[in-house]
Amino acid sequence: MFVKQISVFLENKPGKLSQVTDILEKNNIDIKAISIADTTEFGILRMIVDKPKEAVEAIKAEKFPVSTTDVLAVEVTDKPGGLNRALQILNDAGVSVEYLYSFIKRNGERALILFRVEEPERAVEVLQSAGIKLYSTEEINSL
Amino acid sequence: MHWNKTRECIDREQLRSYQLTKLKETIDRVYHNVESYRQKMQEIGVIPEDIKTLEDIRLLPFTTKQDLRDNYPYGMFAVPIEEIIRIHASSGTTGKPTVVGYTRRDISNWAELIARSLVMGGGKRDSVVQVSYGYGLFTGGLGFHYGAEKLGAVVLPTSGGNTRRQVMLMKDLGTEILACTPSYALCIAETLEEMGIKQEELKLKTGIFGAEPWSDNMRKDLESKLGIKALDIYGLSEVIGPGVAAECMEQNGLHIAEDFFIPEIIDPVTEEPLPEGERGELVITTIDKEGLPVIRYRTRDITSISYKPCACGRTHARIEKILGRTDDMLIIRGVNVFPSQIESALMAAGDAEPHYLIIVDRKDNLDSIEVWVEVSEQLFADEVRKLEEVRKKITSSIYTTLGINVNVKLVEPHTIERTEGKSKRVIDKRKL
Repeated sequence: MFVKQISVFLENKPGKLSQVTDILEKNNIDIKAISIADTTEFGILRMIVDKPKEAVEAIKAEKFPVSTTDVLAVEVTDKPGGLNRALQILNDAGVSVEYLYSFIKRNGERALILFRVEEPERAVEVLQSAGIKLYSTEEINSL
Repeated sequence: MHWNKTRECIDREQLRSYQLTKLKETIDRVYHNVESYRQKMQEIGVIPEDIKTLEDIRLLPFTTKQDLRDNYPYGMFAVPIEEIIRIHASSGTTGKPTVVGYTRRDISNWAELIARSLVMGGGKRDSVVQVSYGYGLFTGGLGFHYGAEKLGAVVLPTSGGNTRRQVMLMKDLGTEILACTPSYALCIAETLEEMGIKQEELKLKTGIFGAEPWSDNMRKDLESKLGIKALDIYGLSEVIGPGVAAECMEQNGLHIAEDFFIPEIIDPVTEEPLPEGERGELVITTIDKEGLPVIRYRTRDITSISYKPCACGRTHARIEKILGRTDDMLIIRGVNVFPSQIESALMAAGDAEPHYLIIVDRKDNLDSIEVWVEVSEQLFADEVRKLEEVRKKITSSIYTTLGINVNVKLVEPHTIERTEGKSKRVIDKRKL
């Protein structure tokens, strides 16, 4: 029930971000979701792509530090309170959220949010018990 | 295993007696053949006959790099130029380099020293020895070359550079002993990884690394990355080149060849001799050098000496791994800092890849240090929090070791310049 997210370490210098998008374009890799966590010194670029293995290899070859992480693709209603419901469920179960960001595509009236949580197994359990849908990699790719 | 057991394991009383004979000979020779030494000795009213015991070495004046510069190029040679068969020059940071000269016997003696070090590292006649120190005016390459040839080993004179090719030869030709700078050894280790070559595919047993200071933590890192025993070797071209002192498998100090050199440790400021075990500046007197003998040469290297017996059986004294030099020592906010200490602290913080750069600056009259650390695959974590933790760990480790607060900046891999020779670890922007 997990989706592979790619993280890249970027120094805070002009052009760093576009170096990465350049690599993706050259390798014909499509971005499905993207976000950056930034500090004064550096940033961590996080992405969901259609071909994670190739992306990792291509980015690594250009000497960027890359890692992959498992994240959850959580479906929420695209209405006020949609995200709140999912967060409350995790909160009540004591599961901590590290970060989240949203997917580019939607599924009709439903929005897709990517969560990185501290206890992935437990998060899957409590969300699914509350009737919340989690997307698999295949389902993401078919959007 | 010893290359020259008679000499290396000689009884100390016999050694001292031999040293005194050779010292007297040397002083007599330089007094009569080298104007600079004669002048200096006359200035303080000392003649060769005044040297009656080994302790009388303290009556003699010191020699510094400046003396060699002032007598550039041949002013301090003790033999006519036709007896010189080799010249080496050390990198001069300002103006003219320091020129050193060797007679045929000097070259042979130098090779003897290296042969000893190779045998300390397990070298034999069938060992493939890869000499990746630079060949040329620098003493590293040719020094090891002649020493390995003297041993009768299989010499692979790759010099520095062309690392991927070197690594291929290392694998195909079955290199057993690698001789290069520790920072180049790290380059080689990285290249091995990039090329996907595993330790099992190599015949590497020992590394003999020197020409720059390197910490015990760096040693552990190289040993694990290359699957070798990493031994230290010390020398300076003004004295002869690499081989002045070399580490045995005990890895507990470097044996200084006391049949060729008399070492002293002095306080670099007061110039007074320091007792066994205390750290100070290493001073060396050559007692069997023809071309360019040096008397009480101030090496500017900081170490301590031990005359205690070594488990390897060699009776020559040991000097501690060189911590740094009196002149690459930084003084930051009043604290003496050696770049090698920062390296130690980085490695003690765990995970840190030792590619680092120290930038010293002064802002508003306050010294600041920034340490750039390259983020490797192993170091990188997906969360800002975790990376911040790594930074904090490094900062705290440096604080624990040195008592100063530094700013740690994480940079991308390969941001810091790689060099085949001695690496430049410090950029001091202060105008002191």
